[in-house]
Amino acid sequence: MHLALFIIFGALCVAGALNLLLQRHPINSALSLIVVMSSLAVLYLLLGAEFLAAAQVIVYSGAIMVLFTFVIMLLNAGKETRTHGSKLAYIAGFPGAAILLGLLVYVFLSRQGEFGQARLGEYMVNTGMLSQVLFRDLLLPFEVTSILILVAILGAVALARKEH
Amino acid sequence: MVPIAWYLVLSAILFSIGVAAFLIKRNIISVFMSIELMLNAVNLTFVAFAHMWHQVSGQIFVFFVMVVAAAEAAVGLAIIIAIFRARNTLNVDQVDLMKL
Repeated sequence: MHLALFIIFGALCVAGALNLLLQRHPINSALSLIVVMSSLAVLYLLLGAEFLAAAQVIVYSGAIMVLFTFVIMLLNAGKETRTHGSKLAYIAGFPGAAILLGLLVYVFLSRQGEFGQARLGEYMVNTGMLSQVLFRDLLLPFEVTSILILVAILGAVALARKEH
Repeated sequence: MVPIAWYLVLSAILFSIGVAAFLIKRNIISVFMSIELMLNAVNLTFVAFAHMWHQVSGQIFVFFVMVVAAAEAAVGLAIIIAIFRARNTLNVDQVDLMKL
């Protein structure tokens, strides 16, 4: 059950990410990124992070991606055009990412035994446990993030405002 | 039962695709979206390690990453709108001067 769900949603994640890479129109990339984020929410549930799964759907695939699609439609972004810089990026980009992937996969798989197994329902973190840490031990950082969000909102309004 | 290493490999794949998209994409919004993909890949690593060590702190970290990502998306998209107003283009190759 766990393995089947992992394979289905992991494959969906990788397919969405590849689609993001290969599509030339930003709106298609944005929609495939929503697929990636929603499938990641299911993987979080499999790892016992129920609050984060809900927050992933609400914050990432809800708020952030709606903002992205809104900006893409507002700016009327068209298809990408190939330039001289993009040819250079193709030459450097694919081998660089492949080397990074090879290195990471080698490290993770060579130490596979030390990481152990993930069992379904073995370690569930419910919202109560999370909020106990968040509101007791980490109250100050949590409050500071609210100031961060406020500053970000003000900055966004100031930046996107039309100059007169 | 799935090995934790498989989750880490999945997140490595997502991160590498994000790096490749960051380098290859020429549209500034697509570049920004690949940064979000990389953030998500790292979040999956945090949750996998939180499950492995039976610690809540990994999930707390993911929560803070989500908060910062939301703030970053709002400011970043506002900057993209400002660049588009000034330059009338979204191609990163044509946005190479700080002066307007």
